[in-house]
Parts: sequence; C-alpha cells; structure tokens
Amino acid sequence: MTYAHKHDDIARCQELLGQLNDYVDGELAAELCHDLELHLADCPDCRVVFDTLAKTISLYRTLDATPVELPQEVEARLLRRLSLPLP
Amino acid sequence: MPGPKIDLSVYASETALLDGLRAGEPDACTCLVKRFAPLVYAKAVRMVADPDEAEGVLQLTFIKACEKLSTFEGRSGLGTWLYRIATNEALMQLRRGHAAFATLDTLDETIQPADLPQNLHAWPIDPARAALNAELHGQLDHALAALPASLRVVFVLREIEGLSTDETAAALDLGESAVKVRLHRARLRLRELLAGYLATEGDDP
Repeated sequence: MTYAHKHDDIARCQELLGQLNDYVDGELAAELCHDLELHLADCPDCRVVFDTLAKTISLYRTLDATPVELPQEVEARLLRRLSLPLP
Repeated sequence: MPGPKIDLSVYASETALLDGLRAGEPDACTCLVKRFAPLVYAKAVRMVADPDEAEGVLQLTFIKACEKLSTFEGRSGLGTWLYRIATNEALMQLRRGHAAFATLDTLDETIQPADLPQNLHAWPIDPARAALNAELHGQLDHALAALPASLRVVFVLREIEGLSTDETAAALDLGESAVKVRLHRARLRLRELLAGYLATEGDDP
C-alpha cells in the first residue's frame, strides 16, 4: 500500500474520507485504523482535514449547552397564542 | 399593557410546576414558557433554519404540550419531553415546507465531489478552550443554516441533540447507513464553511 495521496484523486479521497468519519466516531475497525493512522502520519493534507473535522464536531457539541435569549416579541406572541397574560 | 405581577418562584421545583399545570393554573403555564421556551426556540431555529418557521414550531410545541399534558408520565424531565415534541414539530414543518426533504434523494447517500475538502489550512482554535463567543456562535449557526435540510437535521440530531445513529434513523425514517453518510457529508460541508473563518490564512500545512 502506498500513501501517496492527492486531493484530486476523488475515488481515493472518498474512501479515506469515509474512513476518517468513522475514525472520528471511534467506529473504524482496528485494522483500518492502523492503515489510516499510517496514512495520516504521512499526508499533511489529510492530517489537516482530520484535525479540522474533529474541531468542527467539538465546536458544535458545545452549542446545546449554550444559553440563548428568546426575542421578547417572540415570547409575547407565544404567550398571546396560549392566551396567557404577559408577565 | 403590563399584566398582573406573577410570582414564578412558586413553581421552582418541577413537581410544583407539573401540579400547577395539571390544575390548569395559567401562571404555571407562563412559568413553563419562561423556563423552556428559549431552548425550544433555539433548537427549532437550528432544525428549520428560519426564524419565522422556528416561531411556528415553538408555538405548536407549547400548544401540543398543553394538550398532551395528561399523557406526560414524568419518566423523563419536562424539558426532555418538550424538546422531543419540538423535534417532531420541526421535522413535520420541514416535511410540509420542503418537498426535497421528503423525497428520498439518492444523491444524499453518497459523498459528492462538492463535499471533498478544498480548504487545507490548519485551524489554530482549541475548541476545549475557545469560550463560545457571540461571533463564533453566529458563524456556527450561519454555517448550519447553509446546509440543505436533509443534511442539517441529521447533523443537529446526532451532534447537537446527542441522539444515537439508531434514534436518528428512527426519527427521520431513514436507514442507518443513510444517516451515517448524511452525517459525514454534513460534517465535511460545515468544516469547509467554517474554514473561511477559522483557518489561518497563508499558513500552508
């Protein structure tokens, strides 16, 4: 197996990208993990993709716990719809 | 016109709030709105990516919750129960409004050339240390809204709501492999969209 990887090689990219996603989820078979890790060690482009993909996921996972403000007019319309007095 | 002053601290505990809701006390319902509407609305905006549609989802969620209150068994928290209703309402909204969402699009089930990474610059940000500032928050929401609905809902349910692949597949009436491919495609697209904001320019890896 060679680790020469060009990002214009669509078939190869698709295969690796699919694996990369499973790898991020910890769902890639051990044997494939080993191959992918060898590839990542050798391919700076794939390393960046892996790193930035993982960061993308981490950033979004923090969103659920982020406090949000309900626009006042949205709350007022909701209370009206529920026939409730404005507090 | 300001309404009467309401003391919502009466419903500080979930049990007290539930008792009030079941007794049909309007103040309890107002308290329910105060406590849960902000997060229900935020979740709805993320799912449907449109403030007006999200407001519709918000209203329907609370109307349905009030109607179905007698069926709430208290096995999950009130919040979890409401968020589940909101998710269902958001999905129904998407099915109603977006014909493409309901159609089984086989193109959705494979990684497309357009999904392939273009921006190959590193990101200096450390998500664990990055205080989620308003600007970054805005960028994340903006990128999410730019995804097609069929990819966005899978990403939201899996990554933000924390549903498993099975649960997401069941909620969307999709196969598990379709969920996985859509999740992969959504992640790749979001990565690309965020790269314009987070990548270090001119720093070739």
